[in-house]
Amino acid sequence: MSTETFALRTENLRKRFGSLEVARDVSIALPRGARHALIGPNGAGKTSLVNLITGQLPPDSGRVLLDGQDITRLNRAARVKAGLARTFQINQLFPALTPIEAITLAVTERRGTAGQFWKSLAAHAEAIDEAWDILAQLRLTEVATRPTRVLAYGQQRLLEIGLALATRPKVLLLDEPAAGVPKGESAELFSVIAALPDDISVLFIEHDMSLVFKFAARIVVLVAGGVLLEAEPDVIRTDQRVRDVYLGQAHHG
Amino acid sequence: MTGNLLIVLFDGFAFGMLLFVLSVGLSVTLGLMNFVNLAHGAFGMLGGYLALVVTREAGLSFFLALPAAFLGAAAVGIACERTLFRRLYRSGELNQVLFTVGLVFVATAIATFAFGTGQQPIQIPDVLRGSVEIGGLRLGIYRIFLILVALAVTAALVFGLEFTRFGAKVRAAVDNQRVAQGLGIDVDTIFAITFALGCGLAGLGGALAIEIVGLDPTFAFHYLIYVLIVVAVGGLGSIGGSFLAAALLGIGDVAGKYFVPELGSFLIYLLMVGVLFWRPLGLFGKR
Amino acid sequence: MADPTTDRSGVHAWIRRQGRWSAFEIAFWIAVFVPFFFFPTYLTLASQIAIAALFALSVDLILGYAGIITLGHAMFFGLGAYAAGLLTKTGWGEPLSGLLLSGLFVALVGFVVSFVIVRVQHLAQLMITLGLGLLTLELANAMSWLTGGTDGLQGVSVWPIFGTFDYDLWGYTAYSYTLAVLFVAVLVARRIVHSSFGLSLRGIRENLNRMPAIGAPYQRRLQVIYTISAGMAGVAGALLTQTTSQVALDVLSFQRSADVVVMLILGGTGRLYGGIIGAIIFMVARDQLAGINPQYWYFWIGILLMIVVLVMPKGILGFLAQLWERVRR
Repeated sequence: MSTETFALRTENLRKRFGSLEVARDVSIALPRGARHALIGPNGAGKTSLVNLITGQLPPDSGRVLLDGQDITRLNRAARVKAGLARTFQINQLFPALTPIEAITLAVTERRGTAGQFWKSLAAHAEAIDEAWDILAQLRLTEVATRPTRVLAYGQQRLLEIGLALATRPKVLLLDEPAAGVPKGESAELFSVIAALPDDISVLFIEHDMSLVFKFAARIVVLVAGGVLLEAEPDVIRTDQRVRDVYLGQAHHG
Repeated sequence: MTGNLLIVLFDGFAFGMLLFVLSVGLSVTLGLMNFVNLAHGAFGMLGGYLALVVTREAGLSFFLALPAAFLGAAAVGIACERTLFRRLYRSGELNQVLFTVGLVFVATAIATFAFGTGQQPIQIPDVLRGSVEIGGLRLGIYRIFLILVALAVTAALVFGLEFTRFGAKVRAAVDNQRVAQGLGIDVDTIFAITFALGCGLAGLGGALAIEIVGLDPTFAFHYLIYVLIVVAVGGLGSIGGSFLAAALLGIGDVAGKYFVPELGSFLIYLLMVGVLFWRPLGLFGKR
Repeated sequence: MADPTTDRSGVHAWIRRQGRWSAFEIAFWIAVFVPFFFFPTYLTLASQIAIAALFALSVDLILGYAGIITLGHAMFFGLGAYAAGLLTKTGWGEPLSGLLLSGLFVALVGFVVSFVIVRVQHLAQLMITLGLGLLTLELANAMSWLTGGTDGLQGVSVWPIFGTFDYDLWGYTAYSYTLAVLFVAVLVARRIVHSSFGLSLRGIRENLNRMPAIGAPYQRRLQVIYTISAGMAGVAGALLTQTTSQVALDVLSFQRSADVVVMLILGGTGRLYGGIIGAIIFMVARDQLAGINPQYWYFWIGILLMIVVLVMPKGILGFLAQLWERVRR
């Protein structure tokens, strides 16, 4: 039995809604330490693919393997425990909780200590420390004790990533992390992503081509639910089929 | 024994038809607007008392009292929707529940003040009294009338939804509110008209109910529970679902009280819990 | 709003501060002794309020903190009441152990029910809580050989507390007893709410969808809090039996389930003391208004309810908290 070289692999994922095929035999592979981008026109099925991988959407057929382990039958929470985390295109945060509370929550969930209703939160010193370190990494310490809903949108987007990081994932799926973030701040956001440790494998969906070409080591092009091409940025940049697909789409870069 | 069983089925079905008319409005507005209006039973009660006033004080025929109840309840419904309910559309389920419950409290108190706590009888026309013999069974004429009215309402609703432009707009708004708005459909007006229709039907149901179950200030709460069961089990926004659920509930209630009176409504509640656990969106629910 | 917490130790201190006793809380627990000295004729009412407050607290745990809307929690209150009553009829009339046993019994029932409750949401969840409450009432009515039916449970006799404190006509014992139990319950609730479990519940309430995405088994968490809430409601019901020596069917009524939710909305959910404040307002208002005109009491509570929902959606405590925030700036 060979050791798995891919952190994440999908085998022939298929999903259709009536006559709409959102995933057509999608097989992708993410090596360890990857920085891969998933691009494609609107409606290509990028978010659906992420939903299929994370278990939010059950596939009609196909498998998902995390570090060689078949996780297709596991529910969402179990996949997170196995090391697969994602962020959402539209922020899924806890409006009334403060960033330190939200990240501490995620950390205690990971450590399995969140269910201890007899122990005061303040006693979870290590978890709070860990949460603080994550906030520091994201440069959110200034607003650590303010309710999430008063944070600037860019900060909320960073917190969204922070929640995923708190689960100590092996594989991180980012769904348009810079969506809605002003141009100046999106570069900073991506520098945080670029600074992530090498043992985390990252796949990010993105529309802004300048960011894609700057941060991705490899690009997967998804069109109408199927993989059109997977290659290095230079190859993608010059491929005629990719240009055709994006004809009429506003693109930067 | 079969004769008894058939009569029970008939009575139960008639009661179910009454529940249908009372409930269908809530099913549609809940499915359309996601607004939990627990005051729906109070609109029924309003219709009942309106019918009473029309026949007793104004001396008009019962057949005029019915549309009066419909229109009166619809008018009050629109007034409430425009002034009060629309502020709560984004307030969350709990606040909507509590606000409309407060409204029921107020309505019940007003009814007690105006009419006292006793049961009110109503004068129905002679043509609706008595019974006819059909197939060897004595069937009450009023109950036949109930069934006919309910079927007419069903036909009107289905026709209205499927074959009119307004109906198409309602269906679009139920399906996807944002897209409907984007298509230029005036969702606001649709809400108002549909809500008025729903309250009107409740009022009609309340007026029809007096002869069968009586009318007193506890009507609002008591029949709220029946209405909620029909809507939850039938599925939000589904006319067919409401029809089926109301028929089942009516038959179940009457049969239960006839054959196993000691258990009361226990079986009904147990069945409801069971159905909702198996199908949380109701038998025909979409959302 | 200056927050000197932008360093590691500051954040730890901030979290510790969230769990501290506030000035309001301390003032409250001093104020509860006032009835002993200034309203001795109202002690019976005061103990009724304490019981209602305990019941409201139990509902706040699932409604305010976990977001489960229930219209049938009287089921657990009533089961606790009957359990305590029936226990005394077997010959065991010791109140404290009776309280504990009733609470445990009802918690067990709550645990079983929780399997259903956490698997449904929205209208279905509301209707199931309502249905189960109504169902239990019908069952109690039907099983009149056990419950006494509409006549109520007869022959309930409770021993004096600690063997010495018997129930006096004025209600000193009753109020002391119910107040003490309420205090213990608040201590327990505070511990739960300020634990990581409490944080998890707030996460569930704030964004249910995000919880599986951070690996949280939210259904298990909801089951735990539902069980605790049921047990607490059962203790409240048992208290009622023990202080009044009677059990009637209305302990299981829909009215009681609705009233307690009204109390919570009045006071404000998710603030621990909201249910207690709401209970005080509700019961005092009912006592005064129903005295004037019993039939129209519901008119005024209906108006109050509508106003609170429209103008103070976070309840009276929430409104006061907002005022306090604005004054502080």
